[in-house]
Amino acid sequence: MSWDDFALAFFSLDILRQACPILLSGLVQTLLLSAMVVPLGLFGGVLLALLATVRSPFVRWPLMAWVDVFRSLPPLVLLIFVYAGLPFAGLEVSAWGAVAIGFFLNTGAYYGEILRAGIESVPAGQVEAARSTGLSRGQAMAWVVLPQAVRNMLPDLISNTLEVVKLTSIASVVALPELLFQARQAQSVTFNATPIVAAAVAYFVLLWPVVRLLSRLENRQLAGRR
Amino acid sequence: MTGWERFADSFLNARVAAEYLPKIVEGFGLTVVLALCIIAAGLAAGLALAVVRSLGVRPLNWLIIFAVDLFRALPPLVVIALFYFGLPAAGLSLSGFAAAWLALSLVLMAFSEEIFWAGITAVPKGQWEAARSTGLGFLPTLRLVVLPQALRITIPPLTNRTIAITKNTALASVVAVPEILGAAQAGVSFGFNPTPLTLGAAAYLVLFLPVVVLGRWIETRFAWKR
Amino acid sequence: MAAIVRAHGIHKHFGALHVLRGVDLEVAERELVFVIGPSGSGKSTLLRCLNRLEEPSGGRIEVDGIDMLDRRTDINRARQRIGMVFQSFNLYPHMTALGNVALALRQVLKLPRGEAEGRARAALERVGLADRAGHYPGQLSGGQQQRVAIARAVALEPRVMLFDEPTSALDPELVGGVLQAMRELRESGMTMVVVSHEMGFARAAADRVVFMDHGLVVEQGAPEAVFGAPREERTRAFIRQIDRH
Repeated sequence: MSWDDFALAFFSLDILRQACPILLSGLVQTLLLSAMVVPLGLFGGVLLALLATVRSPFVRWPLMAWVDVFRSLPPLVLLIFVYAGLPFAGLEVSAWGAVAIGFFLNTGAYYGEILRAGIESVPAGQVEAARSTGLSRGQAMAWVVLPQAVRNMLPDLISNTLEVVKLTSIASVVALPELLFQARQAQSVTFNATPIVAAAVAYFVLLWPVVRLLSRLENRQLAGRR
Repeated sequence: MTGWERFADSFLNARVAAEYLPKIVEGFGLTVVLALCIIAAGLAAGLALAVVRSLGVRPLNWLIIFAVDLFRALPPLVVIALFYFGLPAAGLSLSGFAAAWLALSLVLMAFSEEIFWAGITAVPKGQWEAARSTGLGFLPTLRLVVLPQALRITIPPLTNRTIAITKNTALASVVAVPEILGAAQAGVSFGFNPTPLTLGAAAYLVLFLPVVVLGRWIETRFAWKR
Repeated sequence: MAAIVRAHGIHKHFGALHVLRGVDLEVAERELVFVIGPSGSGKSTLLRCLNRLEEPSGGRIEVDGIDMLDRRTDINRARQRIGMVFQSFNLYPHMTALGNVALALRQVLKLPRGEAEGRARAALERVGLADRAGHYPGQLSGGQQQRVAIARAVALEPRVMLFDEPTSALDPELVGGVLQAMRELRESGMTMVVVSHEMGFARAAADRVVFMDHGLVVEQGAPEAVFGAPREERTRAFIRQIDRH
């Protein structure tokens, strides 16, 4: 295969021009999807992390089981289960609805773990000092614990958010017309790999700055761990 | 039929379960094989890249950093699609299994290189100097002094990352690999009953729940020794 | 003199461990009580029970007329009247010295920002750190951090101050500044309960010394009596050990 053939198959400007509108619409859907599932997952995570501050074993153990079950199920399995399974129970869900439920369960469990670890990373003396000056449990949480926790867990939060944005690509499996789905459509119509390559480039351009930032933060964190 | 009976008939149907269980078990075997292949290739390649990076050859390092960033930024499903749907345009056809294996190994390579590298840089310079001053060469120093210390601190993040990427084997169902999810989905469309999905979810829990719990245990154990 | 702290029959269990076995402690207004004893004697636990950072397993505690163990007591309001200073300072690392002192003034006393910061600044001035108001804890020495912690407690104008080994985490050359701040507090008439090994300070400033061992008060009295002529053998042994250092 000559270089020209190769370029034609993967980097054809002609094909790119044709596929551009549909790819752009996919990109918009991917961004909308991310704007929905990241807050949704964070919301689920905050709920779980707040529940984790309850010390009763009747809360703690079921909570841990919940988190571990949804961290064990691959997100795609969860999504298919909701999308293809629930209609059999008489519950029709749209692709968007299925993605929302699946991500709430999966992403929420991951965010929940990160938030919990962040809260626990703040020394007990901090809460004691706050309570000794008369701050309530909630005030101590809001003013003393959370600001420190967020700083400690920032790399993990960013890293998880990156993974969530990448994960939106599985919505293509339930025919939600996001970037990967549209690229596949374009590819199957044109019999040319350029649309998929273009989609990959779009993801890379979008997420590369985040990866750079993260790798800097993580290096610092691991080095500080010794 | 009561609601529960209808639910059980759909999701926990013994007849359907018996019929499709063998397929799910086969899928389970395939998932395990695929996962092990990914772990072996991904971790080996990641460690190799980290070692090469420690040699400090500038252009080589830029190349490594670019490859790592690339596979951290791209969604795994996009990489799989690129290999499976894209390569045939270059006259190169990969099986679904090979495409999933190659794609996920590259992703794991990227993430593990980053972690291994952070571990190596976290070992103080004095360790290198002490070993070199006793006449040890570069590679023996790396292998006998630096890596043992580096690997220890990389174990918790590496375990969690490896689990997360291994769970992506479910994505192989998209490229027609009859692993657990693929087998389950085939069962649903042939049997017109979602019980195979329930079985599939259960199979994933059997496979990953122990690993997730192990990861949690490793994290607390290593945190303790800090 | 009226007692401002009345603790009677305080018990505390940690699982199978019986850390306090019926301790009585009364502190009069403007009195400085020094609590000494070997590690594990329960002196810090007693202090932490007084503002209910630890929940006593039994007994009665009254501070400034408020029943501390009554379920109906608003514990957050009660704690405003009881300042506490910790061994490890426990300053909030994400806030400046001024922010540390002002937090409770704004959130608990609900003072407007300007007034809270004014009072916080005055409290920092009292411990000689007005010029460090904008510094973060990480930029301060251990001694300065502890003085900020004292200011944080004093700013709430408490009726009693509890000190839990305030100088044991400090390098020797930094102890003086903290003791100076405590001395000035004492001269202003503050009621204080101090758990510490600073025997020189105890001799000079304490009204009464309480010696604890194995969860009980073994002996108490004026400093010259307890240090000079201890009645109990356990007290004598402990003081001999401390003096050797």
